[in-house]
Order: sequence, then C-alpha cells, then structure tokens
Amino acid sequence: MKQKGWKDLVPGSVILEGGSAVKFKTGSWRAYRPVWKEENCIQCLFCWIYCPDMSIKVKDGKRGEFDYDYCKGCGICALECPGKKGVKAIVMIEEGT
Amino acid sequence: MAKVVAVTGNEACANALRQVNPDVCGIYPITPQTDMMQRYASYISDGKVKTEPILVESEHSSMSACIGASAAGGRVITATSSQGLALMWEMLHIASGDRLPIIMPVVNRALSAPLNIHGDHSDAMGCRDTGWIQIWSENAQEAYDNTIQAFRVGEHMDIRLPVMVCMDGFIISHSIERMEYLEDAEVQNFVGEFQNLYPLLDLDKPKSYGPLILTDLYHEYKRAQHEVMLKVKNVVLDVAKDFEKMSGRKYGLFETYRLEDADIALVILNSAAGTSKDVVDDFRSRGIKAGLLKPRLFRPFPYEEIAEALKNTKAVCVMDRSDSFGGYGPLFMEISSALYQLQQKPALINKIYGLGGRDYLPSHGELVFNELNEIAKSGKINIIKEYIGVRE
Ligand code: SF4
Ligand code: SF4
Repeated sequence: MKQKGWKDLVPGSVILEGGSAVKFKTGSWRAYRPVWKEENCIQCLFCWIYCPDMSIKVKDGKRGEFDYDYCKGCGICALECPGKKGVKAIVMIEEGT
Repeated sequence: MAKVVAVTGNEACANALRQVNPDVCGIYPITPQTDMMQRYASYISDGKVKTEPILVESEHSSMSACIGASAAGGRVITATSSQGLALMWEMLHIASGDRLPIIMPVVNRALSAPLNIHGDHSDAMGCRDTGWIQIWSENAQEAYDNTIQAFRVGEHMDIRLPVMVCMDGFIISHSIERMEYLEDAEVQNFVGEFQNLYPLLDLDKPKSYGPLILTDLYHEYKRAQHEVMLKVKNVVLDVAKDFEKMSGRKYGLFETYRLEDADIALVILNSAAGTSKDVVDDFRSRGIKAGLLKPRLFRPFPYEEIAEALKNTKAVCVMDRSDSFGGYGPLFMEISSALYQLQQKPALINKIYGLGGRDYLPSHGELVFNELNEIAKSGKINIIKEYIGVRE
C-alpha cells in the first residue's frame, strides 16, 4: 500500500468517518491470550460488559468466542469472570506458548 | 462612521470582541488581562452578545474548553497573560495541531519567579513555537484593529489556525488613549458569518479529533503545519488591505518608520516602538539618518521581507523585552537569521530592555542610537548582547 505524503492529509488530523476504530486491529498488541473454558461458563455475560474492546462475541443472548482481531489481552474479562463454583471460565495464557 | 473614544487597551479589545459576537468564550482572570474578560462577562450578562461563557478553574481548562467548543463548530475566544499563557502551553499545541481558529488577545506580562505583574514579552515569546499565529500591537488602536483582523486571518479556509494578538500589559492594557471604534455593523460585515470546517456537532457526519499518530505519519502532519504557516503572510496582507478600505488604517507584516534611507535602525516590538519613533525624529532633526522597524507578524516570521527592509542600513540594534538566558533575545535571533541570508549585512547588536515593566525611556533609545552611530562609522562591535536601564 502506498503511504500518504504530507500533501494528502486532512487538516488537523481529523478523522472524517465514524466507527473507523474497526480498521485498527488492536489484537496485535496482545502478550497474553484469554481462553474460554465453556464447561465452566454460567453465561452471566460479565465478560461482555467489561471488555473495553467489544471482543466478546454474543449471539442470541449467548456468550460466543473471543474476537482475537481486537482483543488486546488486558485480562479484565478473566479477572471479572465468576466461573462455575469458583472455577474460572476464562484463563490467560502467554502468547506463543 | 468611526467613533472617536478615549479608552484603555483592555476596553478596546473587549469592545472588538463584543462587535464580533462569537459563540463561546473561555473565561479565567489573570492580571493584567482580567479587566478585558470582566468587561466581556458584563456584555454577556447585559445581553449585548449571544456568547456562551465557560467559567473555568484554570487557563489550562480555559484553553481546553475553547478547543472543545471550536472543534464542535463554534467561533471561539479567550484572553490571557503571563502564567496563564504558560499554564495553557500544552493545550496551545493541541489548538494549532487540530487547526482550530481560536482568537486570543494576550496582554503581555513577565513570568515568575520573582513574581511580577508588569509588562514584558516573556509570555508570548515563550510560546512562539506552539504553532499559533502571533500579531503584535503598539497601542490600543492597533490591539483593537488586530483583534478584528485576527478573525479573518485565523478563520480563512486556507489557514484555520489559532491567533494570539499581543499588547503590552499595563502600558497599553490599562492606559487610556484616544482611538477610533468602527461601527458594530462594519465589524460584523468585515469578519462575516463564521464558517465551519469539520464541526463535531454535525452529527450526520461523525468524525474524531486528536487521533494517535505515531512514526508512520506524525512527521508528515508537522510538515503540513509548516506549509500552512507559509500561506499566512499573504492572507494577513489581503485582510489588511480590506481593513484599510474600511477604516483608512494601513497594516503590513511590519511597520517601518523613516527606514528607507536610514544608516542606523532599531528593531523593536509593541509600545516601546512608539517611544522610539520620537527618538528617531530627534536624531533625524540633527541630520543623523536613524530609522525603525516594528514587527507586527511574529509567527510566521517574515524573514525575506524584513531582510529586504534592513539591507541598506549600516548598523541595527534589536531590542528585546524578554530574554533567553544564556542565549540572545528571541527577536534578535529572528532578525539575525533573516539578515544572515544577505550578501552585505549591517552590523547587529542586541539590547535587553524593560523586563518586568521597567520603564523604557527616550534616553535609552538615544544611548542605543549613539552606539549604533559609532558602530556604523567604525564597523566595530564591542559587546553583542547587553542590558540597558539596569543598575550596576
Ligand atoms: S482480554 Fe481484555 S480485550 Fe481481550 S476479551 Fe478480555 S477484556 Fe476484552
Ligand atoms: S464472565 Fe465468565 S462465566 Fe460469565 S459469561 Fe463470561 S466467560 Fe462465562
């Protein structure tokens, strides 16, 4: 892709479209990956509420897989997840392991 | 029809702002500007303007509020001095980087420490690299005229940059002078209806201000910002031409006084230029070819034009009412850079005067012109940078 030169820029670095964050795949920042253990999930959807990047997919009111394109690996979901009888339904594992 | 009045610089600027009647005003008091925003607040409470005031808890917040209001799509003003301007510093860069045409009279005052409320140029010189346009004013009339012209310059669709209009604290802000006001309708017509560029409040076209731009494009954005500054000179001159048609008062990038055939000259900003013009007349009456150059547009700085204006002089003194400790005065650095490009250049010296409001007297100007006369004859400079009016 040809990169923009200084004459091609919008004055004031204003972004002239809504929802453009979708183009920025923050998943590349991740050092730790959250992994969903469905057997321990009670479908409380805390993870969906707390995730700052909308990286928990929900379909028909049910928790689905992570969206790893945008999940930064912050671990908030894993911290907040109550799990089943104290056993977490989200665990963080180091990327590349 | 012009109306002749006797008013202070603060009063004149507040009236200029009233005549423009902007949408939003960030308000926070600081000496010697306080009286200007206080008057403006009275206009608001008396229903004379439709401006929305934002009363804030600091100048940092004031500039932040102005940035938000300007990005939202309003015509926006504030005013400040000294520590207030210093506290705005990081937000000044954001206003210019976001290309928001906020208009701000700056009533020049010394910086602490030691604490001092009087007029010098340390505050505005300290933020010369923030990307704001700076226009400097000798007296209340110029401060008034420059404030009105600043809207047309900053809001020009090719420019879209914030503008500071500088005048000397107390010496101009609090002294009563004879000057002329324009009619409200003339000012309204001159500045015209405010035109938006990328208003956040246009909800059908969502947009974002202030994105993260790293090594991939930041360098390009800054290059583009410099390019815009290069266009400012022509806009300033065009606006000045229109202003002259309306008011009869002529403005340029700088003012020259008896400079055309001068051998020796002062370069000096703001109110002290007025005092120095009398000294020039005195030397002229004695047959000595003295002259003066008073910069008006300091950012962007008109290097080529100023070099052209000074090229036939033999010796020049740049007078700085602020200092760069361990360096030359900030105005000297600019003039020196401008003259360096000439094949034949005048001898150049630098005097620091009037810090913290110390009086600048005609006798100071005389001493400098006498020294310049000696330098012009001998071609010899003893000391490049010196302080005048300072006790040993
Ligand atoms: S790790 Fe952070 S970003 Fe990723 S899904 Fe959990 S809360 Fe969202
Ligand atoms: S927070 Fe844990 S238990 Fe609740 S829905 Fe998410 S993964 Fe399941």
